[in-house]
Amino acid sequence: MKKIYPTAAAALDGLLKEGMLIAAGGFGLCGIPELLLYAIKEAGTKNLTPASNNAGVDDFGIGILLQSKQVKKMISSYVGENAEFMRQYLSGELELEFNPQGTLAERMRAAGSGIPGFYTKTGVGTVIAEGKEHKDFNGETYILEQGLFADLSIVKAWKADETGNLIFRKTARNFNPPAAMCGKICVAEVEEIVPTGSLDPDHVHLAGIYVHRIVQGQHEKRIEQRTVREA
Amino acid sequence: MWDRNQMAARAALELQDGWYVNLGIGIPTLVSNYIPKGIEVTLQSENGMLGMGPFPISGQEDPDLINAGKQTITELPQTAYFDSAQSFGMIRGGKIAMAILGAMEVSQEGDLANWMIPGKLVKGMGGAMDLVAGVGRVVVVMDHTSKHGESKLLTACTLPLTGKAVVDRIITNLGVLDVVEGGLKLLELADGVTEAELRAATQAHIVN
Repeated sequence: MKKIYPTAAAALDGLLKEGMLIAAGGFGLCGIPELLLYAIKEAGTKNLTPASNNAGVDDFGIGILLQSKQVKKMISSYVGENAEFMRQYLSGELELEFNPQGTLAERMRAAGSGIPGFYTKTGVGTVIAEGKEHKDFNGETYILEQGLFADLSIVKAWKADETGNLIFRKTARNFNPPAAMCGKICVAEVEEIVPTGSLDPDHVHLAGIYVHRIVQGQHEKRIEQRTVREA
Repeated sequence: MWDRNQMAARAALELQDGWYVNLGIGIPTLVSNYIPKGIEVTLQSENGMLGMGPFPISGQEDPDLINAGKQTITELPQTAYFDSAQSFGMIRGGKIAMAILGAMEVSQEGDLANWMIPGKLVKGMGGAMDLVAGVGRVVVVMDHTSKHGESKLLTACTLPLTGKAVVDRIITNLGVLDVVEGGLKLLELADGVTEAELRAATQAHIVN
């Protein structure tokens, strides 16, 4: 079992296919698989459908795949920070499927857990509920949402051991565990790979069973809204 | 009339000791500056954190530590982190006692619209639909009227909904109203505002 690859491009070798659905971790620019996104841009794979909470900014995150016109459709909860996204969407070049944030996370978690559908209160009485099965439980109405089964998962973690056990850092965990779970194959980029046995098993956030390939690299970790208070 | 900070201070009076609370972006974020003495609340940030601390001092920003508005923040001794699926699990699961949110429109039946203006604004709902569907109590803080002077408290929302019959209380620059059977009930007037002024600025039905 060898999961460690020398570069992001090597870690994606043989995995990228035109038209594929890629689940990506990250919230805003926090905890995004920035190295793997660059490698996908370099590979030039077209007609992709990224499922990701956000769409990055114009020149970072998923935004770089929008710039190079590699995205056919986005599945997201919030895309407000990306002008190029807005331009492509309003001109009809780009399809968009909005999912409420919790529904998107649960669709990923459910798919990774072998659950093809679940009922939720979120979105009842809104456009999100249109065309979906409604069902009452204990006097309350819920809608049926479907698991989001991805062809490929790309995630970012803080540390991995050589078997792919992952530890995330602070709020950079966000969508990474559910995104990692829902793909047929998952590639994780990390800041550090430590020898197997050096992570406390009680402190592993995501077990290596979900992680098939690992690459270590230098991360820019851009801050979207630098906000400070007076000392 | 109340300004943004006075509205936030009034909203802070809604907090109860021991509550876990989610604050939305804008005026709701200011509520954390006015938490009454003796009241301990834990702020949730839906990107995966309980126990949200203040903004960092310059030089201590951490790109791995942001709030749901993508702003840099800090942690507290009681802070816990978790992934987005668990974060919204606790929201839908009713563990969060209250959300304080901004709005574009609220109807007299408690319908909330705060995520989309067709043809103009295509940003997305983020976590707002999950929050209003899941938390124990929804308090809206917003200006009573639009920039053009039109009431944002309506008989029925004109914009796409975030949630249907989800709002419990509305705090505006003119006063405080509850959503009750048959319409809105006036609870308080802001400083210097008369009931006639508030009624004149309100399109929704106010019950007596």
